[in-house]
Amino acid sequence: MMNLKSIGNLTLKSAAIGAALLLATQIQAANTLRWSSAGDALTMDPHAQNETPTINMNRQVYDTLIQRDQNLKMEPGLALSWEPLSATQWQFNLRRGVTFHDGSAFSAEDVKFSIERAQANTSDFKAYVNTIESVEIIDDYTVLINTITPDPILPSYLTFVFMMDQTWSLTHKVSSPQDYNSSEETYAVRHANGTGAYSLLEREPDLKTVLQKNPNYWGPAAQIETIIHTPIASAPTRIAALLSNELDFVLDPPIQDLKRLDGEESIDVTSVPQIRTIFLGLDQGAKRLRSNPELGKNPLADKRVRKAMYMAIDIRAIKQKIMRGLAEPAGIITAPGVNGYNKALDSRLPYDRKQAKALLTQAGYPEGFKIRLDCPNNRYINDEAICQAVVSMLSKIDIKVSLNAQPKSIFFKTVGNNDSDFYLLGWGVATLDSEYVFRYLLNTRSDKIGTWNRANFSNAEVDQLIAKIQQEVDLAKRDQMIEQVWKITKEDITYLPLHHQVISWAMSSKLSLPIVASNEPLFRLATYKK
Amino acid sequence: MGAIGLAMYKYLLQRLVQGILVMLVVTFVAFAIFHFLGDPVNNMVGESATDADRQMVRLQLGLDEPVIVQYFKFVGNILQGDFGISYRTRTSVIEQMAVRLPATLELSLVSGFFSILFGIPMGIYCALQPKSWLSRNFLVGSLVGISIPTFLSGLLLIYLFSVTLGWLPSQGRGGLVSLGWWDTSLVTLKGWSYIIMPALTLCIYQLTLITRMVRAEMQEVIRTDYIKFARARGLSNYIVQYRHALQNSLVPVVTIIGLQLGTVVAFSIITETVFNWPGLGQMFIQSIEFVDIPVMSAYLIFVGAFFVILNLIVDLVYALVDPRLRAA
Repeated sequence: MMNLKSIGNLTLKSAAIGAALLLATQIQAANTLRWSSAGDALTMDPHAQNETPTINMNRQVYDTLIQRDQNLKMEPGLALSWEPLSATQWQFNLRRGVTFHDGSAFSAEDVKFSIERAQANTSDFKAYVNTIESVEIIDDYTVLINTITPDPILPSYLTFVFMMDQTWSLTHKVSSPQDYNSSEETYAVRHANGTGAYSLLEREPDLKTVLQKNPNYWGPAAQIETIIHTPIASAPTRIAALLSNELDFVLDPPIQDLKRLDGEESIDVTSVPQIRTIFLGLDQGAKRLRSNPELGKNPLADKRVRKAMYMAIDIRAIKQKIMRGLAEPAGIITAPGVNGYNKALDSRLPYDRKQAKALLTQAGYPEGFKIRLDCPNNRYINDEAICQAVVSMLSKIDIKVSLNAQPKSIFFKTVGNNDSDFYLLGWGVATLDSEYVFRYLLNTRSDKIGTWNRANFSNAEVDQLIAKIQQEVDLAKRDQMIEQVWKITKEDITYLPLHHQVISWAMSSKLSLPIVASNEPLFRLATYKK
Repeated sequence: MGAIGLAMYKYLLQRLVQGILVMLVVTFVAFAIFHFLGDPVNNMVGESATDADRQMVRLQLGLDEPVIVQYFKFVGNILQGDFGISYRTRTSVIEQMAVRLPATLELSLVSGFFSILFGIPMGIYCALQPKSWLSRNFLVGSLVGISIPTFLSGLLLIYLFSVTLGWLPSQGRGGLVSLGWWDTSLVTLKGWSYIIMPALTLCIYQLTLITRMVRAEMQEVIRTDYIKFARARGLSNYIVQYRHALQNSLVPVVTIIGLQLGTVVAFSIITETVFNWPGLGQMFIQSIEFVDIPVMSAYLIFVGAFFVILNLIVDLVYALVDPRLRAA
C-alpha cells in the first residue's frame, strides 16, 4: 500500500514537472511535426536503396529534376522544363539560383555527376537510368541526356534520381553508393546535403531522424519548422503514441484500428487507393506441380483451371470481411493512376462457383487437386488473412490448398528461386506506367527482364509488343500497344487479380497533410490549422 | 595455499575452455540457422533489380560459398575485431550495438531491481503468514502476472497510463543524460518516466519467480533444527526470522537472480518491441526481419558470451563457497 502511494506521488510529481516542461516548449512544439511508421529509412544515401521508406525520407532532403505533386502529376523540380530533341535526346533547362544546404550552388555539373552516380554498379537505381548513354553539359543550366534507345518514360524514371552536390560528394569520398562488401560506413549514410525543403539535422538510424526547414528552399517555403521521425515497429504502440498525443502523424495505421481512430475527435483518418495491386500468381510454365508432382501434369497450364480458380474467389467477401472495405476489387494487375489503366479493362469475371466447378470438370479435374499456396505474412495489408480466405474458397470447388505463409524474407526467396506453383504478390508501379508491370511480370523471363514473371508466362507477341512499348515515342501509338498487352494477358488469365490496396494515414486533427497515392508524405505541404 | 591456488587455476581454465567451446557451438548453430531465414539479397537490392544484379551482390557478399566457409570467415573477422557492416543500415555493427547496449542494460537492471524490491518482501510475507488473504493474493496475482504474455501486459500498461491517464510516455527512451559514451535515463525524472513501464513489464516474470523461491526456501529453513534451537534459546522473533532464516534462504535465491539477469538481457526482446525501447532486443528483431546476418551473429555472440561469463562467475562463487571444489 505504501509502495503504491509513493509511486502515485512520484507520477504526480513527474506529471507536474512534465507540464512545466511542456509549457516551456509549447511555442516550439506548435511548429514541430512528430511522425512514425513501422520502419526507418535504411540509409540517407539517396542512390543506395530503392525502397519506399528510404525514398520517403530522402525526398524531404533531396530533389529530383522532375517531381510529382500530391496528385502524382509531373511538375518541374530542379529542371524548369524538358523536351525531347530527337527520339534519343532530351534537353533539360535547369532552375537557376538553387543552393544546396551547405550553401554551394546547384548546376549542370551536379546533374551529370548524380545521374552517373545512380548508374554506378552499387546503385540501387541503375535499372531506372540504364537507357542513358551520356549526359552532356551545354552550359551551367542546360544539359542534354542521350539515350541508347528511345526511352519515352525517361521523365518518369528521373522522378527517382536525386541530385547530389558533386563537390560535397568528392570531399566526403562518396562519389559512388556504398559497396556491400566494404567494412566501413560511408559518410553519406548518416549525412546529407540536398536542395530539398528540409535539411538533415540529426540522424540516428532506427531511432530518430530530425529534419529542419531549409530557409533557402527554391520552392514555396515549408510551413513546419521541424520534422521528427521515430520508427515504431509495434503497431499498437504506434497507435497508442498517436492517441496520447506523442505523435502527430502515423503513416501506416493498421486497418482494424481505423474505425476507432476515426471516432476520436482529436484524430483524422484519410484514405486513398494506392498504386499497388494484389494478385495471385499461377505457374503455367512448369512441367508439373512442385507441391504435387504425383499429379503428373501441371493443371495450371490449362486456362480452364485458371479461370475456374478465378471464378471461385468471392472478392466481395475478401473486401468486406478481411479488408474492412478498404480495397478496390481488381480486374487487371495495375491500379488507377497508372498510364494504360482503364475502367473497362478493370472488370472482373463473375464469382460463380457452379461454373468454376464445371470448368474444372471439363479440364479433367472433377475431384480437384492438391496444391500449395505461398504467401507472405508481413508484406502487404492482411496478406496472410487474404490467403486463408482463398484457401477456403478454393476448397469449395475441391482444390485442396495447403497454405505456406512465411515472413517476406523467406517468401521472396521461395518465389525468387522459382520454387512456387501458386503465390500471392503485390505490385506497385513506381513509374506510373504499365511498362513497369510488363517489364517485370509479363515479359518472358531472362536474367535481365521478366524478373518477377514467376508465372513463367511466355508469349512471343507480348514480348514483341513490350520491346516496342519501351521505345515508342508516339504516345498514342504506344498506349494502343499497352492496351493490347493488357487484353492478351487478361484473356489468358495469366494472373488472378484480387484488389487494389487502399492506404490510410492517421493524423492529429490539427494537422493538414495531403494524402498521396504513392504513400510518400510531402512534408513541405504540411500545415497546422489555426 | 599454493596447492589450492593451482587447483583453482586448473578449474578456472577448464571452465574457460568449456565456455569457448560453448560459444563456438552457439555461433555455428546460429550461423547454420540463418540459412533458413531467407535471402538477404532480396531486401538489399529492391524489386527493380534484375537476376543478374542479385547474383552480383550474392557473389560480393560471399553468400554463394558453403555455410562452413562463410562461418570460418566470419569467426576470423571477429577475432580481428571486425564485426562487419549491417546489411540493412550499412553502419558498423559494433557501433550500433554500443549505442543500444546502455538501453538494454539499464532496462534489465531496473527491472531486476524492481523484482528484488517487491519480490523478496512478498516472498517473506508469504512464508511467514502463509494463511493470510494477502499471501494468497500475492501468489494468485503473481500466477496471473506470468500467465499474461508480455506484449499484452505491456499494452495494458500503455493503455492505462499513456492513453487513458496521460501520465507516462507510451514509447521510446527520453530524458537522456550523456556520461561519455553511455547515455543514461536513470538520473532524470523524465528518464524514469520512460523506463518505468517497460521495466515493470519485464520484471513480472522475475518477480513471480523470486517471490515463490524466497517463500519456498524460507519455509524450508524455518522447519530446520537450528531455527528451532534459536527459538529455544529465546531469541526474538525478529532475529530468528530475519537474521537466521532469511539470510540462509537467500543464498540460492541470489544465485538464481544472477543467472536470471542473463535471461532478462536476452529476452527483453518483446518488451523492447512493445515499448519501442531502443535496446539490443529490438535491434535483433529488426535484423531477423531483414536477414541482417552480421547483426544477428553479433547479437547471438553477445548473448552467448554474456551467459558464459555469468555462469563462469557463478561457478567461481561456488568454488569460493564450497571447500570441496577448492580441494579438488
